[in-house]
Amino acid sequence: MKVIAKTGNEAMAYAMKQINPDVVAAYPITPATEVVQIFSNYVADGEVDTEFVAAESEHSALSACVGASVAGGRVMTSTASQGLALMHEILYIAAGNHLPIVIALVNRSLSAPINIHCDHSDTMGSREAGWMQFYSANSQEAYDSIIIALKVAETCGVPAIVSTDAFIISHCMDRLEVLEDEEVQKFIGEYNPKYYALDIGKPKTYGPLDLQDYFFEHKRSQIDAFSKVLGTYNKIAQEYEKLSGRYYPAVEEYRTDGAEVAIFTAGSTADTAKEVVDDLREQGRKIGLVRMRMWRPLPIEEIKKALSKFKAVAVMDRSDTMADFGGPVFLETRGILYDLDKRPIITDYVYGLGGRNVEIADIVRVYDEITEVAKTGKVSKPVTYLGVRGEE
Amino acid sequence: MKDVHVECQRLMDWQELAKGCLIQEAATSLNFKTGDWRSMRPVWSEDKCIQCLFCWITCPDSAIKVKDGKVTGIDYEFCKGCGICAQICPEKASAIEMIREEK
Repeated sequence: MKVIAKTGNEAMAYAMKQINPDVVAAYPITPATEVVQIFSNYVADGEVDTEFVAAESEHSALSACVGASVAGGRVMTSTASQGLALMHEILYIAAGNHLPIVIALVNRSLSAPINIHCDHSDTMGSREAGWMQFYSANSQEAYDSIIIALKVAETCGVPAIVSTDAFIISHCMDRLEVLEDEEVQKFIGEYNPKYYALDIGKPKTYGPLDLQDYFFEHKRSQIDAFSKVLGTYNKIAQEYEKLSGRYYPAVEEYRTDGAEVAIFTAGSTADTAKEVVDDLREQGRKIGLVRMRMWRPLPIEEIKKALSKFKAVAVMDRSDTMADFGGPVFLETRGILYDLDKRPIITDYVYGLGGRNVEIADIVRVYDEITEVAKTGKVSKPVTYLGVRGEE
Repeated sequence: MKDVHVECQRLMDWQELAKGCLIQEAATSLNFKTGDWRSMRPVWSEDKCIQCLFCWITCPDSAIKVKDGKVTGIDYEFCKGCGICAQICPEKASAIEMIREEK
């Protein structure tokens, strides 16, 4: 085991180097620029065998990835925010063709107003595209997740997005334990797709017109492939634990034993909340934390299991649905809990849009309020905008 | 016009399909006739044709039939009647005439 210091972007680029993909096609965008900039250095220095395609837009970058993946290559790219928005059309094409492309993404808010800092509105806007989504809490997890996600993607024929929080993770130096190149290569294995376009002895037709008679069946089969991801993920995450000593469940529970209330959140905020949990636990408060790491496919049973034991749950959402009904994590979690005989009360805190910092005091406030909700059984405000001026 | 649709086979269940609408053979577009909604039909006259092959190279489909480097006719199973071949045919030859398609 080697310990090094790396930022989130450096960590993801380093994982890409160790994976040594056949093709990386990319277009730079803040705050993810460094990922491919560093990776292009690896290419220039001959440290990888990758064909690097500097595309003229993100739409073109992901299109080139689709072509390379159809041809049979192991393919990766990186983007953020508007870049993912411009890729939106091609996200569906990659997923619909079962191409296991991996995007190293940095979560950044979507314009307008223009902003380069963190929230989760970019990936949350792509939830229905058919890509796996992993939200990392730190650089270590981003590094590990890239390697795990690639193997899950290639095993299931489903593409994956691994994300970090803009600047908070992407540009902050962190302590990192990394594997040896050979260990990574052995773990991911050689990529041998069953069907690929460069199999010239057996020509095939990719991406044909699919009308009323078959489109629905193909979509149903795509949904089925997606439903098998979680089982494969759990197996591969355990394999990775044997190799690295680090285990990442789809849904992480932190000090939930005996807890009556919990915060349910994702990304770097979860790491901040862990500090708060430690402090408040010392004061005897019955609180815990649940972190959503995988949000596509939805780890439904894991979420039910983790949240059903609480009296009340406060979701912290780093994006909004514009439904006047809170954020996406809140809405989907509410849907999941609906089936339970005994459901916790659930409220939402939309926070941190455009990189607005979430302070320890903000999280303490959420724990105080959700504890009060659990005690009285009354919700005065289902959705709160946390840390915005003009709101209580 | 004769019915050029491909004869229907039994429609498969989703479990039987290859992932992602993959078709495990090439050139399947040949089985999907697309010339049945034409309103104008090009008529080629062999005696007027000077074999410049302009029509062959400009046809947006592959509806100009060529054998041994020479135009032999028009493939009405794929021709959509756009008229580019008639337009491009040199005036002194005028070997392709567009006529209205009738039922």
